[in-house]
Amino acid sequence: MSFSTANIGTIGVVGLLGVGLYCLLITRNLIKLVVALQIMVKAAVLGLVAAGSVSGQVQLSQSLAVTVIVADTVVAVIGLALAVQVRRQLGTLDVGDLSQLRG
Amino acid sequence: MLLYALLIALALVCAIQAIRAERLLTSALWLAGVSAALSIVFYMMGAYTVAVIELSVGAGLVTVLFVFAINIAGEDLSFPPPLVPKPLAWALVIAAVGLLGWSALPQSAAEVPAQESTFAAVLWGKRGLDVLVQIVLIFAGVLGLLGLLAETKAPLDQSVAQEVIARREDELAALQKRVVERERELV
Repeated sequence: MSFSTANIGTIGVVGLLGVGLYCLLITRNLIKLVVALQIMVKAAVLGLVAAGSVSGQVQLSQSLAVTVIVADTVVAVIGLALAVQVRRQLGTLDVGDLSQLRG
Repeated sequence: MLLYALLIALALVCAIQAIRAERLLTSALWLAGVSAALSIVFYMMGAYTVAVIELSVGAGLVTVLFVFAINIAGEDLSFPPPLVPKPLAWALVIAAVGLLGWSALPQSAAEVPAQESTFAAVLWGKRGLDVLVQIVLIFAGVLGLLGLLAETKAPLDQSVAQEVIARREDELAALQKRVVERERELV
């Protein structure tokens, strides 16, 4: 396996996805969950741009990446607002304590 | 090539530090580091617009949002052990990363066709629907944010209720006193 741009980009995508997934699995902090989600979306954007750069369709990959960034920012805003409201209502940021929402 | 590898490694290190950091604020700042490193990579890959947007939105706006939210919500440092045991999490992550790496690596270097038109032409011409979806998304996000952060109507204020009770008791006492005085007058 030669260390071309495409391979390095793919290694970055796989590594970032792994780091984000691990944080998503082990953390109990709501705000940390949003951080993990952000890391995984950054991996997706890197994958789009790297694929576009390798296949010579940078402009198409850029337009797709912009859509992903917008959606990701909206998700981050909503997630953080949810975390703030949970903290206000329940006094905690622990995901485990949200089980009291059960009916 | 070496610069690519260094920047990707920097992004990975920042990501690992972001999830390892004890304080949420530190975590948010490391996340901004990931964004900054990736935006340089995007620039080197020729995606200039995405590089600028990633740097301004990913490293700027989102970091400000995180700092804002952490300030409101406060740091919550003491957490019980994770819901998923760590060995299981490691096994799942290694399985996922292994499968992904196995299917995606190595990348064969494709032949590069001629560069297509400008970014604006592609975005507005070919991907016009995406722009519409983005506008709807931002609108939905703003509406959701307003709905979430709106102050819920508070239940009857405790102090007001107690004040009303106290006033009623005073009135009752005055009434009883008057009844007693009237009885004395009659006697």
